[in-house]
Amino acid sequence: MPLIEDGRPAEDSWTSVPDGEPVPGDIPAIISFERWQAERDSFAGRNTKLGVRLKGGTLAPAIAEDLDRFALVAVEFPKFRDGRGFSTARELRERYGYEGEIRAVGHVLPDQYLFLKRTGFTSVEAPEGTNLESWVNALSEVSVVYQPGLGKDDPNPLINRWLKSEAVQG
Amino acid sequence: MSFRAITGNRLRDGAVVFYNDEAGWVERLTGASLYEDKATAETKLASAKAEAEKERLAVDIYLFEVLVEDGKRVPVTIRERIRSLGPTVRTDLGKQAAA
Amino acid sequence: MTATAFRADPGIPGPGTFGSEPDDHAGIYRYDDLDRRFVAERVEQFSKQVTRRLAGELTEDEFKPLRLMNGLYLQLHAYMLRIAVPYGVLTTTQFRKLSEIGRKYDKGYGHFTTRQNLQFNWIKLEDTPAILGELAEVDMHALQTSGNCVRNVTTDQFVGASADEIVDGRVYAEILRQWTIAHPEFTYLPRKFKIAIMGSDSDRAAIRTHDVGVIAKRNEAGETGFTFYVGGGLGRSPFVGKLVREWVPEQDFAAYLEAILRVYNQYGRRDNIYKARIKILVHQLGIDKFKAEVEEEFARLPRPKFTLAPEIVEGIRARFASPGLERLPAESAEFERSKAENVEFARWSTVNLAAHKAPGYAIVSVSLKPAGGIPGDITSEQMDTLADLADRYSFGEIRVTHAQNLVLAHVRKDDLFDLWRQLDAIGLATANIGLIGDIIACPGLDYCALANARSIPLAQAISARFADPARQQAIGELGIKISGCINACGHHHVGHIGILGVDKRGEERYQITIGGDATLTTAIGDIIGPAVTEEAAVDAIDTMVEIYLANRTEGERFLDTIRRIGHGPFKESIYAAD
Ligand code: SF4
Repeated sequence: MPLIEDGRPAEDSWTSVPDGEPVPGDIPAIISFERWQAERDSFAGRNTKLGVRLKGGTLAPAIAEDLDRFALVAVEFPKFRDGRGFSTARELRERYGYEGEIRAVGHVLPDQYLFLKRTGFTSVEAPEGTNLESWVNALSEVSVVYQPGLGKDDPNPLINRWLKSEAVQG
Repeated sequence: MSFRAITGNRLRDGAVVFYNDEAGWVERLTGASLYEDKATAETKLASAKAEAEKERLAVDIYLFEVLVEDGKRVPVTIRERIRSLGPTVRTDLGKQAAA
Repeated sequence: MTATAFRADPGIPGPGTFGSEPDDHAGIYRYDDLDRRFVAERVEQFSKQVTRRLAGELTEDEFKPLRLMNGLYLQLHAYMLRIAVPYGVLTTTQFRKLSEIGRKYDKGYGHFTTRQNLQFNWIKLEDTPAILGELAEVDMHALQTSGNCVRNVTTDQFVGASADEIVDGRVYAEILRQWTIAHPEFTYLPRKFKIAIMGSDSDRAAIRTHDVGVIAKRNEAGETGFTFYVGGGLGRSPFVGKLVREWVPEQDFAAYLEAILRVYNQYGRRDNIYKARIKILVHQLGIDKFKAEVEEEFARLPRPKFTLAPEIVEGIRARFASPGLERLPAESAEFERSKAENVEFARWSTVNLAAHKAPGYAIVSVSLKPAGGIPGDITSEQMDTLADLADRYSFGEIRVTHAQNLVLAHVRKDDLFDLWRQLDAIGLATANIGLIGDIIACPGLDYCALANARSIPLAQAISARFADPARQQAIGELGIKISGCINACGHHHVGHIGILGVDKRGEERYQITIGGDATLTTAIGDIIGPAVTEEAAVDAIDTMVEIYLANRTEGERFLDTIRRIGHGPFKESIYAAD
């Protein structure tokens, strides 16, 4: 499935490993959260990067304790209408200070890309058959934001815009 | 006698439309194809839906019941009567106005 | 335009900019270039989405939520476009634009809703990018008037004008509008999310029937803060909003809401559309557990980026125009004389006027409920004339109420008689605000795809039955609210008399409730018996009115009498004959 990063199609260096299949030890691999729970000890000596995939209903606190074991957290959107994933990503970043890759997987639309980015996602595994051009355009369509972003001490954008608007008005 | 007909709303303007086996989507109930038997109606519905989505013609497509009394077609439910005519509180508007 | 002078309270007369157009004084937030750019970009984005849909690149399933985010529904006869009127305030320039859109793209009329929005009923999908473009020209949009996002924030229609106001809620409603617009985290909530805010002694915004209801107030030190209620809502399972926090300081206003929304987004149910509203979450968790979750989330939110510093609030406040009120004597001899000479004008003055905070001014409610008329409908012609009147008499400003009426908020008492005569000439001088003829009714089965029964014909029959203005006035305050299905857009649960349209084996029937209340003493009405026909419903209301009149004590309102004598006598008289 096509991977999108920074508004562009990108090479995927990760392999998703279905439950039950062996996890390759030499390449970055994404396993399910359920597998992690059941087999965590078997990954104790692993030297290659590990990623974990959270189902739609698995929220950030579930994985919080183990975040330092993962270079990637994949957050699944069962249906694009199910917006829990936006909060999951934001909590991973803001509450747990997670700095690894957060990837959106499942049913997501290009029209949600900007929101994904602003809540802390770094990459998106776009559904098969998606129009890549729509993803590429999605980040530049709207340039004005009204809410604070994810940077540590980003000023509140309402302040910014007020300062700017004063200048405009004068 | 009771029949079934297929209806939906036209994608580009939302107008109420009815399905006719030959002519495709038409604006008046008088032009709709009527199906006596339920199985035929279901088959037609499935193909009309598939065609409409593919050709982007109509959305929200479903079957409804029509009675034919003295040659006049009257939908069974008030909802479909209102859809086929227009708002009862503005008889100057909708299909009833142009009739 | 020159820079607006800094003013602590935009409603208070003082030095300021006097623009050349009357509506330069209308009490709305003035867009800046960023606001304009945002709306323009969104219009452009939606145009592309429409193109992609028509080209087959988006399926209906994928397109639907996108069009809903832009206020576009598919109804019975066509698409319906719901245009946001933030906190219900419009300039006459905007009002004229709405009239023009009605004429150009619809059928010459519009419909005001119980959410202070305007709906057009006959819109074409292919026209919507152009319509949204025209709206953007006058700083308007249809964003978030639908879909599972934070909807248009509503408030008291007399905000910034009424004599009993403590805090001007518009500024905070505008902050919320900006804060929640295209919010990256909260645009795909479990369900829609409605916020109402009020800042005076009497609740004209029905705050405890909202997902979040906010009361803006001041403490002893004169600081602004907010009381938050959460989990109110009507619909299938009505709940009265519960108190989550008595005092949230101004600087935490947005942060506290953010915490509520995050708890809801994560824990609200997504498996069942009928259980997805926040009221169900609050109910299932219990208010104490819910409160604890919110407080925890709130405590954790990183500051200062969620803090609403005073300069932000002042910056937004400064973008509200001043009505530039004159200093006038409190009483007007002209007004008193006209009342003495003209009984109808006197009645209208008693019923449709409210006290303004500035001496010599009055707040005028313009009823959109003529006897036998369609509640909330207005023609483009009426809109044009009303815009002229608002320019002449009320600083170019028009407001929408959640009771589907309009308001001219700052009219000099000296001008009232002239205004009344001109309103009368276009059929907008009905004297029934708050009375039995002032019926709230949703569009119902005449327009709405979700309806079970029609609402409007019943409203017409009732208002025609009680057409006599003297009788209406004698009956006094009595609110009838009608919904065409359990979604309760007509707020029937909180009507003094509520009516719900149901479908009984293909026939329209009406279930009557009594004792509902939408103010701070919020109460859900009690069903009085089996659903009846439209005709029987009108008779039943007549009967209930008679019982009330026979039992009321001096000065007692319908609701008070019901509370005193109970629902029994009303039920019995209606169902006894069967
Ligand atoms: S209450 Fe029901 S019928 Fe009335 S507008 Fe809402 S959804 Fe439609």
